[in-house]
Amino acid sequence: MNKHFLKTLLLTATLIFTSLGVSFAEPKKGGTLIAAVGNSPRHLNPAVQSGIVTGFPGAQLFATPIRYDNNWEPQPYLAESWEISDGGKTVRLNLVKDAVFHDGVPIKSSDVKFSLETIKKNHPFKTMFAPVVSVETPDEHTAILKLSSPHPALMLAMSSQLMAIIPEHVYGDGQDPKTHPQNSENVVGSGPFKLVEFKSGEHIILERFDDFFIDGRPYLDKMVLKIIKDPATRTIGLENGEIDFYAFENVARNIVRLKKNDNLTVTPDGYAAIGPIDWLAFNTKTGKTADVNVRRAIAYAIDRNFILKAIMLGVADEARTGIHPGSPFYEPNVEPYNLDIDKANKILDDAGYKKGSDGMRFGLTVDFGWPGLKPNAEYTKAALKKIGIDVTVRASADFPTWAKTVSNHNFDLTWDTVFNWGDPVIGVHRTYQTSNIKKGVIWSNTQQYSNPKVDAIMEKAGVENDMDKRKALYSELQKMLANDLPVYWTNTLPYHTIYSKKVGNPPMGIWATSSPMDMTYIKD
Amino acid sequence: MLFVLLVVVVLNFLMLHLAPGDIADTIAQTMGGADEQDMAELRQQYGLDQPFFIQLFNYVIRVALLDFGHSHFYNLPVFDLIMERFPATLLLVFSAQILSLFVGILLGVYAAQNPNGLSSLFVNMFSLFGYAAPVFWTGILLLIAFSLHIPIFPVSGMRDITIETDNFFVHFFDVLRHLFLPMITLASIFFAYYSRLCRASMLEVLGADFVRTAKAKGLSKKDVLLKHALKNSLSPVITFAGLSFSAVVSGAILVETVYSWPGLGTLAFNSIISRDTPVLLGILIFSTLMVTVGNLLTDLTLKALDPRIKI
Repeated sequence: MNKHFLKTLLLTATLIFTSLGVSFAEPKKGGTLIAAVGNSPRHLNPAVQSGIVTGFPGAQLFATPIRYDNNWEPQPYLAESWEISDGGKTVRLNLVKDAVFHDGVPIKSSDVKFSLETIKKNHPFKTMFAPVVSVETPDEHTAILKLSSPHPALMLAMSSQLMAIIPEHVYGDGQDPKTHPQNSENVVGSGPFKLVEFKSGEHIILERFDDFFIDGRPYLDKMVLKIIKDPATRTIGLENGEIDFYAFENVARNIVRLKKNDNLTVTPDGYAAIGPIDWLAFNTKTGKTADVNVRRAIAYAIDRNFILKAIMLGVADEARTGIHPGSPFYEPNVEPYNLDIDKANKILDDAGYKKGSDGMRFGLTVDFGWPGLKPNAEYTKAALKKIGIDVTVRASADFPTWAKTVSNHNFDLTWDTVFNWGDPVIGVHRTYQTSNIKKGVIWSNTQQYSNPKVDAIMEKAGVENDMDKRKALYSELQKMLANDLPVYWTNTLPYHTIYSKKVGNPPMGIWATSSPMDMTYIKD
Repeated sequence: MLFVLLVVVVLNFLMLHLAPGDIADTIAQTMGGADEQDMAELRQQYGLDQPFFIQLFNYVIRVALLDFGHSHFYNLPVFDLIMERFPATLLLVFSAQILSLFVGILLGVYAAQNPNGLSSLFVNMFSLFGYAAPVFWTGILLLIAFSLHIPIFPVSGMRDITIETDNFFVHFFDVLRHLFLPMITLASIFFAYYSRLCRASMLEVLGADFVRTAKAKGLSKKDVLLKHALKNSLSPVITFAGLSFSAVVSGAILVETVYSWPGLGTLAFNSIISRDTPVLLGILIFSTLMVTVGNLLTDLTLKALDPRIKI
């Protein structure tokens, strides 16, 4: 077939489709998206409540100053432009002029100031806006953030669900914003959808906000978020077409099963910023795991490939460090601790842990934070037996029980899933900072790991504005951590988005459904 | 009854407080972590920093004043939450109980007529299967069969929220369609109990003198069975139905979770997971009341069936 024929064929096909009015990329307006969510949110205000459960509806109800594309590049949203000056210590946000809240009141720079101050005071991620000392509002559409030091994490912190712009005229009424009644009903948001009904444990109904500040959007008329806790029920709902969309699916067998369905698209894209990682954490302060040789031997005895293939059924990715592989700061060139039983035995022998007559050297306990990690804990028992470590699997009744045990440092080993939350300053530093060893606080530095050099690198990386220099610092950090091994990282949590083929343009950026779905539509 | 309620309140409060962890841990979980100050504030906000006996005393006093407290998780009054969910559970529990009684008695009567025949064996096997199968498993099987392969019933919820008409019958049949599978699932546990009990009771009654007399008088088989034997064999079934009412209520927790049925079961499940102690305590008190009322209704039914019984 010659090139001229191909060109002619292509041109003819294009003309035919154009004349028929067929457009492959043109979104269609209208329609209702039926989505499932796995848990009921406490409320819908992401300014004072973190977590992906609030994040999904929260990002539809509330706009943020900026949003991110899937290349980690900031894009205009409520701020049509921004300027960073004074060595990163001043950030000027130029807001869109015609934006209004869902009650018709214009969104002003004073709302941005109020939102940031509310978040800084009430949101659990204190590092997001810690260096912001003041917000100036020279006019109604300009907000100037003054920082005590450069803070490169600020841009990510102003996106997704992390900096919801909430109305001062509603939440500034003197009530505690964490328990404000309008967090759950009569929500006055700034985003593409407004709240119709939130029935806790049942559903959340959102409808198109006609005066949204981006012309022509959102495309959908309505979003119905059904709260379905049982994973099997959700799966059947997706299979029979009752549910169009479900994000954050992490049950490997469900993902494998749904991938076989021709009417569904199953993709792991979109979770790089949320950055969930499964890992085995060590108590580095007390017991046998205080010895780095024991930690390294354990890492060599655990087969990451077994976890990826047998437990995760091939749907998760390898994670060699505490930074998600989808992050620009991920450094894969660290000691990978590939399976090597001989080496693990030798390390323990050399460190003086001789095997007894029963073939065992000593005993350890392993906990797990989530039911989904139970197979990992059971595998750990089998794997470590090969190097003479007698592991007792401790099953906690529920999350609070496990959290109490681990946050009070009463553990040897524990499996956990921890999120990066965009920038390492927000979700990574907390695990390794000496200053974040806080008894009773889960997802602090519960390993009690302390290395002044690691602390210094994190401090430096946290204020470094030059991206290349920052990457180099985080590369060094990951290598040092892989050497000290307070945690043995194994894989990403296999979050997947599953959606019907009739859904167009689902959120595939770095924040998954914790970003606005104003561009999503239902195809014909 | 008041003493029973007081004991229930104190014991439940004690048991829930013995478990490690609290609502602050759960909130920290949903927030992706919380610092020391946040945790301390949360515990102070919910009165968890108070000594146990003061918390207990305050709670008992509040309950006596019919104040069940405020949900830590939903930030709503517990009473409102329970009242919002109660109709759905009542519908599920009563429809399942009535269905299981009806089918159980029917199967029991049928099996008793030919106790050693194939039909009796079949009834026994069918009933025992329902009894032996875990309720969540039965639920998922029914969903696969009747929502996936033969898609006639919805997978979750109590109503289709996309229906926009105000027509009562449309909503009525929509709720019925949503109710069908959860009701069958919950009722399946009790088919075995009622059918076997009814079969045994019927066999005993069918051998009694008054039945022999009725037959000798020339009454039809139908009249002997339904008017004489069945009425006299129902007492143990009704008594057991009353006693098992608490089991139906607890079975509803699993069924509601599988089908996302918006009743007290899903609320209880979520409250356990989130350590929402006030809601859980409220549900337990409410369940106690439901079971007590259920037992009372059983006694009244028994009296109606057998005038010799005095209450």
